[in-house]
Amino acid sequence: MLKKTGIAALAALTLSTGGVFAAGADDWGHTEDIQFSFEGPFGSFDQAQLQRGLQVYTEICAACHGLKYVPLRTLSSETGPGFSMDEVRAYSEQNYEVYDEELDDYRAAKPTDHFPASNLENAPDLSLMAKKRAGFHGPYGTGINQLVKGMGGAEYIASLLTGYTGETKEEAGTTYYENTAYPGRWIAMAPPLYGEDVEYADGHSNDLHHEAEDVAAFLMWTAEPKMMDRKQAGLTGVLFLTVVSVLLYLTNKRIWAPIKKGKKSS
Amino acid sequence: MAGIPHDHYEPKTGGEKWLHSRLPIVGLLYDTIMIPTPKNLNWMWIWGIVLTFCLALQIITGIVLVMHYVPHVDHAFASVEHIMRNVNGGHMIRYLHMNGASLFFFAVYLHIFRSLYYGSYKAPREVTWIIGMLIYLLMMGTAFMGYVLPWGQMSFWGATVITGLFGAIPFIGEPIQTWLLGGPAVDNATLTRFFSLHYLMPFIIAALVAVHIWAFHTTGNNNPTGVEVRRSSKAEAEKDTVSFWPYFVIKDLFALAVILAVFFAIVGFMPNYLGHPDNYIEANPLATPSHIVPEWYFLPFYAILRAFTADVWVVMFASWITGGIIDAKFFGVLAMFGAIAVMALAPWLDTSMVRSGRYRPMFKWWFWLLAVDFVVLTWVGAMPAEGIYPYIALIGSAYWFGYFLVILPMLGVLEKPLPQPETIEEDFEAHKAKSGGTTTVPNPAPAE
Repeated sequence: MLKKTGIAALAALTLSTGGVFAAGADDWGHTEDIQFSFEGPFGSFDQAQLQRGLQVYTEICAACHGLKYVPLRTLSSETGPGFSMDEVRAYSEQNYEVYDEELDDYRAAKPTDHFPASNLENAPDLSLMAKKRAGFHGPYGTGINQLVKGMGGAEYIASLLTGYTGETKEEAGTTYYENTAYPGRWIAMAPPLYGEDVEYADGHSNDLHHEAEDVAAFLMWTAEPKMMDRKQAGLTGVLFLTVVSVLLYLTNKRIWAPIKKGKKSS
Repeated sequence: MAGIPHDHYEPKTGGEKWLHSRLPIVGLLYDTIMIPTPKNLNWMWIWGIVLTFCLALQIITGIVLVMHYVPHVDHAFASVEHIMRNVNGGHMIRYLHMNGASLFFFAVYLHIFRSLYYGSYKAPREVTWIIGMLIYLLMMGTAFMGYVLPWGQMSFWGATVITGLFGAIPFIGEPIQTWLLGGPAVDNATLTRFFSLHYLMPFIIAALVAVHIWAFHTTGNNNPTGVEVRRSSKAEAEKDTVSFWPYFVIKDLFALAVILAVFFAIVGFMPNYLGHPDNYIEANPLATPSHIVPEWYFLPFYAILRAFTADVWVVMFASWITGGIIDAKFFGVLAMFGAIAVMALAPWLDTSMVRSGRYRPMFKWWFWLLAVDFVVLTWVGAMPAEGIYPYIALIGSAYWFGYFLVILPMLGVLEKPLPQPETIEEDFEAHKAKSGGTTTVPNPAPAE
């Protein structure tokens, strides 16, 4: 929850006795720490994985969920799935229909359209799912481990998709499924993936955990499509400012030297 | 106050004289940038530049964001996503603005605690301090309203909780709350007025910053010794000071560059670390998040707000003596604003004749305890109000008030200060000797 206090909280923790704060940590589900290719300052999306993830999304998730903030044309992004514009056009037309106000009718989707919104009212939009969930909260709810592991949004999605125990319960006419990753353990979404749900064109393994990781990576991209640009800008900024810092340090040393050297005034 | 004696701007060319006799703007800038500055200032005196930079950064990135943002409940969230996905460089501009607020508060807290340690708030700098406190209050207001604009879940519910505080004021609370919100609940009218004020207030802050600088340029900077610059003659003043340009400009810019390198690493590699995931969920008046937590920079005062529950004896006493007018909620609101008010009153609560904490052996301990207290309050402010946390918050809040209302006044009487240096020059030479002085300078520069 409070990933925000960061170092301040770390300092606070060192002052406290550990056992007191253990309570409450179990409210969060268990998120597996997966090594995704896009983690760390130098990590980048695995294009083949994003394309496989799109396939899982299209064939499974899209039945109920939507991606209303994601323009279809961005599937051609070189730092994203990297499809050609023709492929994007074909994908849009084959898979989605959108309502056109001018025609006052439905028509096949074009790259300039967005992915459709969710079909079911209680199926949340997935555009930002990888950013609106944090997978890691510890230690003791401080969120400090996000500094090492990352926010864990994609890990949360993958853990959720693989976290079904098979137990179900019924409450007020709704079936809930037990899931080790879901906060509160009981989720209304039936297990969407069982393994071997899709045939990958590239022959990649379609085990449950591969499918889950692929779609989680894809949803990380839909949530943060400019991640590569951002890291690039960050890296450029850090390098530039480091050089500027060194130059200013030397300048500072030099201009202060006569002041520090002797009693200038005497 | 006469100020520190120094050379003033003298127009030399005909053009300069022409302008100077009509508008002495060059002279004003010259005197501002060449102000004599105590030469013993340490690295805690760099935060002013960082803060000035933050204000400029927030205004510039903010102006660009406004070009693409739509202040309407139906479009605000989507327009932020539009900025993140479609606007050229929009994701960087937004992340800079978002994390810029955190840098702003990080710097202001260090700036404030610097002043608290070195007694910068004491006479004759009380006005600088008070203006600074006003800037801090405006910063909090601006940041709070800015956080509402993306119209995520935390935006909405944070706005609901914080404006609800005003509703706790007896008798007139509800009308005030309605007036602030522009209606009975957080809605479009709230969003548009917050947008308007979020754009306005930075410019008021900028004006107050100018007054803040004007005030301490009148009194001169404080410095780590707290000893004033000698002012009987220009020659004597020059022994204690160097001009702001280039000595401190370059030093401050070096510090700024280092801090910005770290800042860029955060923006580039973990821009959402300081934010809250729930704010990527569009605002939904029908779904309350399980934990409503303000941004980290509000947490110490949020902890104080929540610390005073109905079962705390001071609250029961206040409630009893006012016949129930002051209930726990209103008490919490008073405590939160009171926490900032007692800090603002520090110049008059601190009775010590010695300015700098460096020469106050007892004060030092209490000060560092206050710094720790601030960190603890930040942490506990983000914890759920259950179990042990409310007790920690209560102890932390009690110490905050105790420091300003009891410890500061009493220390002046009880404490025996250490001897202070006679002059800033003496301190400067002593530090030079300690750090190895001239021998460590590899390249003695030619005379300027």
